[in-house]
Order: sequence, then C-alpha cells, then structure tokens
Amino acid sequence: MTPILMPRSRWFLPLAVLILFAAGCGDAGQRGDRAAKIGGESGRELASRQVLHRGNGAEPQSLDPHKSEGVPESHLQRDLYEGLTNHSPDGGVEPGAARAWEISEDGLVYIFHLREGARWSNGDPVTALDFEYGLRRSVDPATLSNYSIMLRPILNAEAIIAGELPPERLGVRAIDPLTLEIRLAGPTPYFLGVLTHSASYPVHRATVEKYGDRWARPGRLVSNGAYRLRDWVMQSHIVLERNPYYWDNANTTIDEVWYYPIENQSTELQRYRADALDLTYDLPFRQLGWIRQNLPDELVISEYLGVYYYGLNVTREPFRDSVELRRALNLAIDREILTRQVTTAGEIPAYGYVPGVVGYEQVVPEWANWTQEQRVAEARRLYEAAGYSRDNPLKLQILYNTHENHRTIAVAISSMWQETLGIETELVNEEWKVYLETRRSKQDTQVFRAGWIGDYNDAYNFLEILDSESGLNDSGWSNARYDELLALSALENDPEQRAQYMHEAERIVLEEVPVIPVYFYVTKRLVKPWVGNYRPQIQDVVYSKDLKILKH
Amino acid sequence: MLRYSLSRFLGAIPTLLILITIAFFMIRAAPGGPFDAEKALPPEIEANLRAAYHLDEPLVQQFGRYVLNLVRGDFGPSFQYKDYSVTELIAAGFPVSLRLGGSAMLLALLVGVSAGTIAALRQNSRTDHAVMAVSMTGISIPNFVMAPLLILFFAVYLGWLPAGGIGDGGFRHMILPVISLALPQIAYIARLTRGSMIEVLRSNFVRTARAQGLPERTVILRHALKPALLPVISYLGPATAAVITGSVVIEQIFGVPGLGRYFVQGALNRDYTLVMGVVVFYGALIILFNLVVDLVYAWLDPKVKYS
Repeated sequence: MTPILMPRSRWFLPLAVLILFAAGCGDAGQRGDRAAKIGGESGRELASRQVLHRGNGAEPQSLDPHKSEGVPESHLQRDLYEGLTNHSPDGGVEPGAARAWEISEDGLVYIFHLREGARWSNGDPVTALDFEYGLRRSVDPATLSNYSIMLRPILNAEAIIAGELPPERLGVRAIDPLTLEIRLAGPTPYFLGVLTHSASYPVHRATVEKYGDRWARPGRLVSNGAYRLRDWVMQSHIVLERNPYYWDNANTTIDEVWYYPIENQSTELQRYRADALDLTYDLPFRQLGWIRQNLPDELVISEYLGVYYYGLNVTREPFRDSVELRRALNLAIDREILTRQVTTAGEIPAYGYVPGVVGYEQVVPEWANWTQEQRVAEARRLYEAAGYSRDNPLKLQILYNTHENHRTIAVAISSMWQETLGIETELVNEEWKVYLETRRSKQDTQVFRAGWIGDYNDAYNFLEILDSESGLNDSGWSNARYDELLALSALENDPEQRAQYMHEAERIVLEEVPVIPVYFYVTKRLVKPWVGNYRPQIQDVVYSKDLKILKH
Repeated sequence: MLRYSLSRFLGAIPTLLILITIAFFMIRAAPGGPFDAEKALPPEIEANLRAAYHLDEPLVQQFGRYVLNLVRGDFGPSFQYKDYSVTELIAAGFPVSLRLGGSAMLLALLVGVSAGTIAALRQNSRTDHAVMAVSMTGISIPNFVMAPLLILFFAVYLGWLPAGGIGDGGFRHMILPVISLALPQIAYIARLTRGSMIEVLRSNFVRTARAQGLPERTVILRHALKPALLPVISYLGPATAAVITGSVVIEQIFGVPGLGRYFVQGALNRDYTLVMGVVVFYGALIILFNLVVDLVYAWLDPKVKYS
C-alpha cells in the first residue's frame, strides 16, 4: 500500500484563508518622517522619527482626570493635562498652567496668574473659568470621583464632597480670565503639591457637558497639556500626539507617545529587549541579576517616594498592650541584609518612617547607629520582658498580598525573627482585594505587609496614614498626642515650627511601633540609550515632553 | 430536524439562566469589592459610589435589575473602566478574540487532521511515532510555559516576530499567539484523527472500496476521511471551550486586547458587571456552538437521525 499525501494544491486555499483571517483588515499606519533636527544632549543628532514607546503597567481606569487614581493613569494624565503647578526635577513644584502665584500672609488665599496664550487641544483659550469649573466638578459628588478628598484643603470642599453644600460654594473663583483665586479652609503648606495631582486638573467644559460620562475618548477628549489623545485601543495601547496649541509646544521634541498596558513584568522585559519599548514601567525582581549583567548601562535605579512597612494590629493580642514586643520585632529585622541580599534593587533601609521628602530632615532613631548584634541583644531583652522565651515562643501570622516580592521578603523577615528570637511564624497570602478586606477588618491579622507611595512630596502625606481617623490606619493605632500634632502641623504656616511638630509625631511612631518600616522604595526601570534627557525624579514623574529620541 | 433544532435552542435558555445566576452570586460572594483600594474611601464617597451603581440595594433586587437589563441587551457600566460600558468593551474585545481563537481553531484543524491522517496511513512507521511523540509533548506542555518559550526564541533571540501586543493589527503580531493557542489542540486533534482513521481503514466499506479497485487517494479522501472526522467534529464543542479558556492565558501573556484580558482584569478588580458580561457572552457562545456542532454531526453521520 502506498501512502498518499495530501496534494499540495489542496493546502493552498485553506492556508490562504487562514492567513487572511489572521491578517484581518489591519494596515500599517503611514506616518510622515520629519526632517532630522540637530540638538539634544551634547549636540547629539536627533532621530528623524520622534516617537516614544512607554510601558505603563496596567490599563488606565479612565482618562478623565477626576476619576482616575492609579499610577499608570498619572503618567498619561501628566502628558495630557497640565495643572496649575508641575513637578520639578528636584521633587518640588514649579509653574505649570499658572506662570506665577501669590500667597496671602495667613496662608489662606492663593492667587494664580495663568499663562497668556495657553490653549486647549482644540484651540480654545485656557482660562481661570476652566479651573474653576474643573475644581468644582472634581468635588461634586455627582462626578463620582474617588480621589476628590485630595482637594480637602480648599474651603468648603469637605462639605461639598459629603453632599452638604452645592459645588458652587467651593472656595475657588475666577477673578478675570487669567486670574484664579483659591481660598483654603486652613493654611496648608503642601497645597502647591496637591495642585500637581490630577484631581485638580482643569477639564474642557463644553466637551464634558456635551458627552457626559463618555467624553474621555479619542475624537472627543480635549486637553490642555503638551499632548492630546489620538487613539485608545483598550488593553493594547494609547497613542498621544503633540498638542499644537500647547503654550510650550516649540520646546517639545517628542511628536508621539505610545503607552502600553503590560501588567506582567517579564513580558514587559521581553518587549523591551525586542525594542518594542523605550522605557519600562517596572522590572521583574527575579531577573535583576541578569539585567545587571547584560544591560547595565540601561538600568536606571533611583529613589522613590514610598515606604514599605509591616503593620502590627495593635487592637488585638499579642500586640495590644505590648510595646516591648513591637519594639523587639522592629529591632530584630536586619534591614541591611534584607535590602542588599533579598530585594537587591538598591532599596534604602528604613529606620525612620518618612522617606526622603523635600524640606524635611529624616528622623533617625538612636538604634540605627548600633551594630546588628547590639540590636539583637536589645530585641531579646525586650522579647523576654514581654513574657516570651525560647521555651515559650510567640506564634505569629504574617499576611501579605500574593506576589513573588512580598513572599520573598516575608520569608526573610520571618527567618530573622525565628533565628534571633525563636518566633514561630506562619505566612498567609491572599489575593489583593481579599487581603485588603482582611487587613481592614483588623480581626484576624497580626502582622501585615503594607506600603505607601506619596501622593505629594510632604511628610504629612505619610504621617496622616497613622492618624486615628485615617482610611489606611489598619494597625488600629490611636494616639491623642499624635493626632494633635498632625492637626497642628496641618495648620502651621511657619515651616520650621511645622517640621518640629511632624518630627515629634514621627518620633512617637518610632517609639510606639504601630508599624515597622522596612525599606524606602526605589524606581527601577530600563531606558534605551537613545532616550535623551531622561532624569529620574523622586515621584517618578517623567514628562514625555521633556524627553527626546536621539539618532540610533 | 427543524423541531429538534428548535427544542435544543429553547433548552439552552435555562442553562444560560443557571449560568447567569451562579456567576452573579459567586462574584458578589468573593471577598472585597469594586471600590476597595489600599486607602479606604471616606464613607460618604463610598456610599455615593455604591448608590450610583445600585450596590446599596438588596442582592435579589440587583439580580432582577441585571437580568432585566440583559434582556434589553444592556450589560451595564464597567466599574473599573469608567469611560466605557461593558457592552462597548465586549464589542471592542470580541473581534480580537474571535480572530485569535478562529485562526487557532482553523490551524488546529488543518494541521491536526493532516498530521493524524498521515500518521494513521503510516501506522507504526517512524513518521507515526514522530507525530505521536510531538503531539504528546504538545498536550503535556501547558500553554503558559510554551508561550514564553516561543517568545524567547522567535522574538528575543531570532527577532523574527514581535514579542507581544497587536501593534497596528497586522498578521505578524498574531502568529505566536495563534500558534501557542493552537498547539495543544493540534496535538489532541492529531491523536483523535489518527485513532479513528486507523479504525475506519480497517472497516468493511473501505475494504470494499479497495476491492473495487479505486485509487488509494479516492478511498482515503472520499470514503475514509468523512467517517474518520466524526470524532473530531464532536470534539469541536469542547475544543472551542478549551480555546476560549486558553485565550484568557494567551491574551494575558502576549498582551492581546481580547475578552480574556477583560475577564482577568475584571475578576481581579471585582468589576462585577465586566466579569458577568464576559461570562454570559462566552457562556452563550459555547452553548450556541455546541448546538451547531450537534446539528452538523447529525447532518454528517448517517447513523444519527432526529425526528
């Protein structure tokens, strides 16, 4: 019997069908090349195509600045819109849509002078009325914003958010088309930083009123930043193009910015290596060693405004009445080893609680200068004072949200506790939303992993987490003096006095140990050598308008 | 035949209703809610959001509202993607998933049936053993292992194909996802075809056909292939389900903007309406496809008759 193969010609048709089917109707877009420009870093020639490809973590929830809250959204929002102030490279603020401002002596009234000739992406002038409308809309409960609380310092904002006053009563007023007045409920020294947040961005009134909930889309969205929205393919990419009406358009180099939502960091790394990305959003923890060896010149690691900490549930045993035990656990963690050998990206050991924010000297507890042996000896003493010993060890549960990094850190910390004090730990991991609920209920948790990335560059943003009323205080810790100091610092206009209040507050935290600071975050990212002007910033603010693509 | 189709079609409705009910209550029973974030919302803001999305109503009332809207073709608003409704998200994601899944199924059928037939015709030869060994490997290696390997080889080392995303929607971006998704199905279909082809080749009517002196090619293509394909046809239903579940993983790995990604993101974010939308949509699709497969089967197999 001779076996028969399928004749070739019969293969052809189905194959052709298959190819056509897969090819769909996609067509490579035609984009005109621009003439090469000379300039950029040390006179290096610019590439003829100024297109930037950025990895951006997750799909943004919304491009409506008043409805989004995540980090991926914030990168996009900063390219699309411009608030009254911008982030400066050194971590402070600099003029944004406002070219200048004056603050009254009591710190309650801010007058902003807008830029003449600033325009929306459809050519309409940007006026103080746009900011008035934007701020009112942001706090209006009907907008359904979940970050409007950022605007709490503005007069009447809190009552409007709670639905007790109409939005028109907000302390914001357009004096003339280029002058905006904002009245505050109390002096808020960090208020200019709040104005960099998307909750304060202006929106284009006619567009919002015309399209309602569905305005933040290609073809509709009107923005006042350096870029405007050209295309948005959900879960695939977002394309921004230059806003030709932007006031500083002449100094913008990048023509097009592509943002890709890639949650998986290994996938992102592969796409970076295949040259599909110029900047990554993050890096896979486990592949850092490989990256260090193979792409050392492209790896950029820099300080990030955030603290990774372990919370202790002080509403329950064993931590409720035992400050000794809490201190013992704090001392027994060797942060040097943890950051050098476990997290490895260059994280900064945290002995104090507030990361390196501008204008605030970090608090360093005395034991930070001890040797680890001294710390361990003191930890043992405290552990025994709390009534535990090798024969009568403490049993502890550590809760963390399911993630490779958190697991590795929990394993390291639990073994440090085991070795130095003999504590028997159990690791419990839960999926993010489950973990949040468990943590918040304060019922079953003992030790839980947590972290906080600053919304604005001020120590208050970190200290307020531990306020008795805070929505993030899952330790359940409450200290009257601490709350009082926070309230005082929020109203204090004198920077030195204010720093003193906050220092005293932070020292209370370090004494009482409702949380154990572990390390201060770093931003880790790969940047292609042809991306010019890339400068790391403590809040990881990378304005696409400041970058350029060098010839390569 | 018409009556049979109609009764099967009506029978699908309760199945779908049960699916909707289970999915609706299960996703709501999961701990955590759509508005939980690291920093708890101030109570007045949370209350405001819950009221806006009717989450403050009793569960049964929410269910009634959901089913009523569904009948009108409205899947509701997405909690997570605030600029879009679930209907719009499905309309955006489905064509992509269909292209991916459809191409994978087509590829699986073409390659699987050919490889299986060749193996059967050369039973116990080296070719046969090779095909079976490769297909065994294909079945055993899960696609979340295979896909990154393919990316590493073809995209990173060789640089022939993109590592992910859909770029401008071109063909090149679909090659690796389609292959990754099709591989286990190719393997399964090849084994099925081989087995049933060997059986058919031994049957009396094939012997008769050969005895009549028909050329081998006619015997295989005209007489043997059709009955040999029956098990493959009936496998198409489960294969569709497998491709759909597989696409959830593949879309995540390659960054393909299909329904599978919405499903994963929706579940992680407790985006109730989005998860429900994808479940209902895919549920209906699988039920419908199984129905079609049964009808095709009836039409192909002379032994099955419905009155």
